[in-house]
Amino acid sequence: MSHDITHDEASHGHDHDHKPKGFVKRWLMTTNHKDIGTLYLIFAFAMFILGGAMAMIIRLELFQPGLQFVEPDFFNQMTTMHALIMVFGAVMPAFVGLANWMIPLMIGAPDMALPRMNNWSFWILPFAFTLLASTLFMEGGAPAGGWTMYPPLVLQGGHNVAYLVFAVHLMGISSIMGAINVIATIMNMRAPNVGYLNMPLFVWTWLITAFLLIAVMPVLAGAVTMLLTDRYFDTSFFNAAGGGDPVLFQHIFWFFGHPEVYIMILPAFGVVSEIIPTFARKPLFGYVSMVYATAAIAFLSFIVWAHHMFSVGMPLGGELYFMYATMMIAVPTGVKIFNWVATMWRGSMTFETPMLFSLAFVILFTIGGFSGVMMALAPVDLQYHDTYFIVAHFHYVLVTGAVFGIIAGVYYWIPKWSGHMYNERLGKIHFWWSTISVNVLFFPQHFLGLAGMPRRIPDYSTQFAEFNMWSSIGGFAFGLAQVFFIYVVWKTVRGGEKATAQVWDGAKGLEWTVPSPAPHHTFEEFGPVDLDKMAHGKDH
Amino acid sequence: MQKDNSNRTKDNKKVLNISLVVAVLMVGFGFALVPLYDIICDITGLNGKTGVMAASDVKEQDVGHTVTVQFDGTVNSNLPWSFRPKQFSMEVIPGKLYSTEYIAKNISEEDVTGQAVPSVAPNEASIYFSKTECFCFTEQLLTSGEEKQMPVTFIVSSDLPKDIEVLTLSYTFFNKNRMTTAQQAEGNAKHEKI
Repeated sequence: MSHDITHDEASHGHDHDHKPKGFVKRWLMTTNHKDIGTLYLIFAFAMFILGGAMAMIIRLELFQPGLQFVEPDFFNQMTTMHALIMVFGAVMPAFVGLANWMIPLMIGAPDMALPRMNNWSFWILPFAFTLLASTLFMEGGAPAGGWTMYPPLVLQGGHNVAYLVFAVHLMGISSIMGAINVIATIMNMRAPNVGYLNMPLFVWTWLITAFLLIAVMPVLAGAVTMLLTDRYFDTSFFNAAGGGDPVLFQHIFWFFGHPEVYIMILPAFGVVSEIIPTFARKPLFGYVSMVYATAAIAFLSFIVWAHHMFSVGMPLGGELYFMYATMMIAVPTGVKIFNWVATMWRGSMTFETPMLFSLAFVILFTIGGFSGVMMALAPVDLQYHDTYFIVAHFHYVLVTGAVFGIIAGVYYWIPKWSGHMYNERLGKIHFWWSTISVNVLFFPQHFLGLAGMPRRIPDYSTQFAEFNMWSSIGGFAFGLAQVFFIYVVWKTVRGGEKATAQVWDGAKGLEWTVPSPAPHHTFEEFGPVDLDKMAHGKDH
Repeated sequence: MQKDNSNRTKDNKKVLNISLVVAVLMVGFGFALVPLYDIICDITGLNGKTGVMAASDVKEQDVGHTVTVQFDGTVNSNLPWSFRPKQFSMEVIPGKLYSTEYIAKNISEEDVTGQAVPSVAPNEASIYFSKTECFCFTEQLLTSGEEKQMPVTFIVSSDLPKDIEVLTLSYTFFNKNRMTTAQQAEGNAKHEKI
């Protein structure tokens, strides 16, 4: 780092980082992994609020039986857009943001491997979601056939199909470029003495996630391109009258879709695997088995896709295969959960906000995992398929799983990003508020589903009224809790207790060796790092 | 340090190139799933498309064992026809030729051409079900108000697994007038095979 001796101490504080001046140069043209990470996180948060607002409309309509507030078609637009925005706009970019911020800091790299591409992959996203969101204001409205885009239904909704397809293309290009960057960074940019088995688990889970992204996002791009040509260029990939088969789309979609759900959860596993050892003040139990379990989950994710399609019709042998293969995923997942529990066993645990969110993650994600194993049972799935049971299942794994993982990561690393400690009392309020309300929101949906309430329908039979009212009340409370989260984050960024470099006394890892806030440029000198500072250092 | 950085740049480019090639190949894989799916369906009968057998292929009859064949007919919402089987089910001896008829009527003011697409359930039975003659082999023109008997001649192979006792033959009629010439050509090519 070149220190300018003429700088006096006062101006030194901020300028010594050589941040580019002016909004355009600093943010629009940035190639800095920390700035791009921040952009990703802000974007993801904005999308989380937008998708959340749509969820509020859904819960408002479902507050009581009958049609009160919105038209059925608009309701279906809301369920479709809520899912697309949360999956592609909130959860995935949030993890890419965490990856940008933390991976270079964790492996001693000066920046991401391909910084200009990094800028590009972020700045595509606002355009993708502008395209997608613009359909809300069009004649015929937004896509309303569900985020799974099954033909022929999705092709019957007017010209929003074209916008949907191009938005998915852009999101895909963005994720693929982000994934390539992560792979190149991890493979080539590690400090010279950091081996693969020295890497923190967050880096490992992201490496595996990045491989999944490169393998399946192009398949989705292909599938939506076929939708586009079926709609506008007279092909018959999925058109039965023209000799095609709509079920083919479901196979291609879920070949993407199942790895996709692991893309959204593996980085959360990584975050939690960083946080639990810190607050248990013990090394992660079974580090190597965690790496292998992650790889095993990733591999299995490619060979189980048709468990999403049991009700479509399949030979008995196929049902049995997909059923057992799916249940097998519970084995490596169980390895991870037992490792987290073993890490905490006899640890000197404290319960700061990141740890609370991680503990809730372990417990509530496991509930989502259990309902997943229930859904894997082909004969039972025929009853649960497309009911609120599946809605409860995937919200347990995605909200109390992926989203709680992201929130835990934000609380854990925000002192490093901003240089300020968040307010612990407010953090705890946010935690309890979120955790209680999210269970009021989603737990009753299990019962609704078992009793037969179908998903994606704006009205329901009066027998479902009470659970739906609870669920809606929980939904509004959970939504408000996230608005409160904005306030907590805002307050932390603006000021608060100064954070030390170490931040958490039990934390290990290279990110805690740089000052808080992390300077604009870190690890600029190419050279070995102190492996003692890493959690998985010398014993491997 | 200079040397290390240039090495990193070279390695990064390599990772970038390999990854891009993989991504492009995976787009190709997505499209390759289309013919692959057709092949798998031909072998397994996964999507209910029926098997191919000529009348001369009829060898043995499995006397003393009958299966029930049910008939079902629907029209796509774009087609202003009524369409139903003449009889709803039939007891058949595997290995023997049978004929039945569907009745279609154009209830609109215009002449409409339709194309029927067959499917057999359960899927694993479909490769043992062959039609030697079927109105679905060609497109059908009905003038306004015209009613037509549409014959189908079929055979259930004596190789049919014994645990399958009921088969359903289902037709969906689509409106050909609503399809473009390119779709029609593609459809004709495929329907000749089924």
